[in-house]
Amino acid sequence: MPQTSTAAAPLIDVRGLSYARNDCPVFGPLDFRVERGEALLVQGGNGAGKTTLLRVLAGLLDGESGEVRMAGTSAGPATRAGHIAYLGHLPGLKADLSALENLDYLCGLLGRRPSLGLEEALAIVGLGGYEDAAARTLSAGQRKRLSLARLWLSPAPLWLLDEPYANLDLPGIELVNRMVRAHLDEGGGALVTTHGAYAAPPVRTRLLALDAAAEAA
Amino acid sequence: MSISSATPTLFSAARALVERDLRLLWRRRGDALQPALFAILVVVLFALAMGSERELLSRAAPGVLWVAVLLSGLLALDTLFRGDAEDGSLEQWRLAPVPLAWLVLVRTLMHWLTTAAPLLLAVPLLAELLYLPRTLWPVLLLALGLGTPLLSLLGAVVSALTVGMRRAGVLLALLALPLYVPVLVFGAGSVTAAAQGHDPAGGLLLLAAGLLMALVLAPVAAATAIRIASQ
Repeated sequence: MPQTSTAAAPLIDVRGLSYARNDCPVFGPLDFRVERGEALLVQGGNGAGKTTLLRVLAGLLDGESGEVRMAGTSAGPATRAGHIAYLGHLPGLKADLSALENLDYLCGLLGRRPSLGLEEALAIVGLGGYEDAAARTLSAGQRKRLSLARLWLSPAPLWLLDEPYANLDLPGIELVNRMVRAHLDEGGGALVTTHGAYAAPPVRTRLLALDAAAEAA
Repeated sequence: MSISSATPTLFSAARALVERDLRLLWRRRGDALQPALFAILVVVLFALAMGSERELLSRAAPGVLWVAVLLSGLLALDTLFRGDAEDGSLEQWRLAPVPLAWLVLVRTLMHWLTTAAPLLLAVPLLAELLYLPRTLWPVLLLALGLGTPLLSLLGAVVSALTVGMRRAGVLLALLALPLYVPVLVFGAGSVTAAAQGHDPAGGLLLLAAGLLMALVLAPVAAATAIRIASQ
């Protein structure tokens, strides 16, 4: 990571963030922050607002109240775009394109780290040999792995992972944990939602329990 | 790991989108011909129904050709953002570090290129079927060349508005038709004017002005509509 003046500021600093859909409060107000090299585990049952929180942070939902600062600056759409990599429920893959073509397109759109090749990234997530397989022929877990390859190539320091363990087998879960750890070792940060069924990645972790909307450090 | 060197520029993001659309087009090349086939079908059926009266057909030709092109454009409109909305591509567009309006513009122009452009190639054949005098071909092609991208851009705004709905077919047509009417009137009108020996420049210039305005305003409006529709 470049050691700039913003290196000391937390990757994301949220104060009094709350969101209401049609005047019906979904979550909040929340206060939390994620430093470099830290993961925040967002826990909560179904419908607790985990996905909504991540979508608000990514800038996909408007109308929240409260303050979101990223790397020391107030986060407008332009700041967020370069700062965040979002892994949501919809992978954004084209069924008719091959795995490699999908990755090529998404990286062209979202940016990528120049240090790593596309085939290498596919090999890392366990899709070596599937480069030319159309996305429609991949299983749900393999599609998830393809999204993980996209995430791994992303230059953004903050990962927003919405249920990253869904559809993955045990080695896949291990892979997510390894990726998160490596990303954090490089000075990145991650917000991971989970409904609590899986072990957390073995890293410095804060916990945000959405049901009670209280933070335990 | 440097952020600035890896950030896509307007150009590289557009190239990624264009490459994707061309690949998708190649994978489903049968679908790409649908709008052109639909327009040919309309014109052929019309010609058969009207009989072989050369005079009548040639007088109706500008209107029939324009209506066929407009309807086939309307038919293809639903595919503009539908697929990208359903598989989550639109979400990634919104997260990309380039303006959403720019991606919308590139996508709309690609959509025009893959649905309307093949149709323009078939227009001389259709004009021949309807006995349109060949001296009118340049005016007809120019009017369609200005009018169809304008229709695509107007359609993009409407299509973006309905992107959050599951089945928007009829609603899309109802919303788009009022916007399409002026294009139809000036487009068909300029060809008719030329057929009657008048100067077609007025209608063509209005189409050109409309196209310029739509090129600037429609992507911004469509991008805003996508943001609102996918809340």
